[in-house]
Amino acid sequence: MPFKKPVQKFNAAINEVAIGTGENEVKLGGQNCYPFYVFDSEIANAPKVGIEISDIEDVNKAAAGDFYDGCADVADAVKKAAAAEGVDFICIRLDGADPNGENRSVEQCVETVKKAAGVTDKPLVIAGCKNNEKDAQIFDKVSDALQGRNILVLSAREENYKNVAASAGLAYGQKVGAESAVDVNLAKQLNVLMNQMGVGAQSVIMNTGAAAAGYGFEYVISTLERVKGAALTQNDAMLQPPIITPVGNETWNVKEAMASDEDMPGWGDRIKRGVAMEIATAAACLAAGSDAVILKNPKSAAAVSAMIKELI
Amino acid sequence: MALKGLDIFKLTPKTNCKDCGNPTCMAFAMKVASGAVDISKCPHLTEDVLAKLAESTAPPMKTIKVKAGDGEYTLGGETVLYRHEKTYVSKTLYAVDVDGDFDNSLKVDYDRIGERMRFEFAFVGFKGDIDAFVAGAKKAAEAGRGVILCTGGNVDAAKAAAEAVKDAKPILNGADASNYEEMNAVAKQYGLVLGVRGETLEELHDTVEKLEALGNKELILDVGVKSIKFAFEFAVQIRRAALQGNDRVFGYPSLVNVKLLAGGNYDLETALASLFTLRYGSIIVMSAMDYDRSLALFGMRQNIFTDPQKPMKMEPGIYPLNGGGDDDPCLITVDFALTYFVVSGELERSGVPCNLLISDAGGYSVLTAWAAGKFSANSIANFIKEYEVENKIKSRKLILPGKVAVLKGELQDKLPGWEIIVGTSEAVALVKFLKEFVKNG
Ligand code: SF4
Repeated sequence: MPFKKPVQKFNAAINEVAIGTGENEVKLGGQNCYPFYVFDSEIANAPKVGIEISDIEDVNKAAAGDFYDGCADVADAVKKAAAAEGVDFICIRLDGADPNGENRSVEQCVETVKKAAGVTDKPLVIAGCKNNEKDAQIFDKVSDALQGRNILVLSAREENYKNVAASAGLAYGQKVGAESAVDVNLAKQLNVLMNQMGVGAQSVIMNTGAAAAGYGFEYVISTLERVKGAALTQNDAMLQPPIITPVGNETWNVKEAMASDEDMPGWGDRIKRGVAMEIATAAACLAAGSDAVILKNPKSAAAVSAMIKELI
Repeated sequence: MALKGLDIFKLTPKTNCKDCGNPTCMAFAMKVASGAVDISKCPHLTEDVLAKLAESTAPPMKTIKVKAGDGEYTLGGETVLYRHEKTYVSKTLYAVDVDGDFDNSLKVDYDRIGERMRFEFAFVGFKGDIDAFVAGAKKAAEAGRGVILCTGGNVDAAKAAAEAVKDAKPILNGADASNYEEMNAVAKQYGLVLGVRGETLEELHDTVEKLEALGNKELILDVGVKSIKFAFEFAVQIRRAALQGNDRVFGYPSLVNVKLLAGGNYDLETALASLFTLRYGSIIVMSAMDYDRSLALFGMRQNIFTDPQKPMKMEPGIYPLNGGGDDDPCLITVDFALTYFVVSGELERSGVPCNLLISDAGGYSVLTAWAAGKFSANSIANFIKEYEVENKIKSRKLILPGKVAVLKGELQDKLPGWEIIVGTSEAVALVKFLKEFVKNG
């Protein structure tokens, strides 16, 4: 029997959500087929790659080596990252806001972000310090300060979604990240709750959970695959927002990317290890359903974006 | 095509003799159709009928066994497209080109949660010189792992190399529409698994059918190196046709050469290796599996191919960290692999010498194990005895996960002489906790 190419068609699609403005606007999602299945359907928007810059210099150095050497401040680093190969958007992570760490003030964070926003037209993603209360305060003020830039705040969680959705989403019209912990039902529930508050599916980008390859990564992959499956095969509107996965923030925090060359002499150069970890993790996330990944090392960004271009 | 119960029933003797353990031939036929019973359970079927039925009741994707040194690898046999549906059966296997960073890659050989991590196949590609190809094949065979001969379709090269390393039982790659008869003859002569390729999916399908007609069902499908896009489509379409479309002709494992697809771009090659590990590459050929790449890919593979029903478990025991010894404090937690990794990672980050005690908790996380009674004052006290912690470690400080702080009192009673300390609820807080703990004595 001769082979007849099957085509898998869905009467459903992932929401198309834009971040940024004007020429530099970036659209996430929109496709009505599985990731990179160009033989089933045309892909509306290729997956996007972002670079993450921390407001703590050492954090950037740990992942990007000497790439940012000579940069005077976060804005300077942002400028450099924005010009790197394959970078669609910029993510500024306010690690310094952590009350258990540097505990920088909300005002200081807003200043940092405002200055950085001034040096690039690329879309901006603002990530917090993972402290629910502090993040909600930061997102509120940053969303206000960057009105009109159509930024994405990462993220609203079960614990603080009311505040974040009300300010960033409703008051200032920014895009809201909805973060849940590797479970399709939790992802859905958070979207439903935000939707009830009036932050519609068109303003939400999900982070369904991230981990480094080897560290419970199967949950990340299965969640991505299940969410995409439900969005397309069951036309589940509450699982149709596009997905953004902050990969770098996970991969650079595992032993493979942190153990020094002296501690693990056989392993070779630490940064090279970290880059491989970051690339492998990101490529699998994209294949499973991420519409965008956030990476820390510019080499990783170049490789992952090269892969995307080859596939689409 | 899969047969329906009724079709199978028509082939039975219809005597209802019950020798198969079923009340009627019809009941038997239904069970066979659903896959619950093997067709061989009826002793009254003729050879002809058996052959016909075995074919149509066979699983959608064949399981191919390949020799590797003293052992054997299993490829294929998958029944689902996504790991959450059931479980993947055969993990993706990795091959390194002998012309690549081969010697360096050979050095990578380590254990991760009970799994030995080293690349599985030595790969040698034909580049126009038969002598060089044979030499490469010999080098590949010496490594004592699996061997893949990629002949580029040159039958003379195939013969020479297959003869040279016949004991290694290499995979013989390179059969296509033009040479399949000759290549099949070489594979048959040496008893080798044959790799097949095609310009298009249709052509590949056609060649596989012809090889099957020649009686060869020990095949691997090469997704080709025309382009990344093309190779990805091949890998997905082949697997999807077999598992979703019930097209048994494509029910074979695949081979993806990401070394050639990436064209010398090391980082892109890593990305592709990861992509095809997730999307249906059974064997992935690379230029190198040095530590950089191995740590990432093996870790990922171990996760993806783990059984979703079975949590990954660490061996219970005493794990000294940061040069931890006799006088250093002990921290106890469960044997869920993820817990171990996260906790040990943070402990290492603290730089504080300590001993991490991993107790047998059924592979559950701290709270789940506690709720299931598998991580209790009893189980911890038993662990301390069973593993002779008191003989091996002088320190009598034991740090409990913050989430099971309730165990402190009971544990204190069960372990007189120990100071039970409640640690942090989240692993991330451990660095700060331990540093202060040591500072304050
Ligand atoms: S053993 Fe065969 S013939 Fe006898 S009842 Fe079962 S199917 Fe029918």
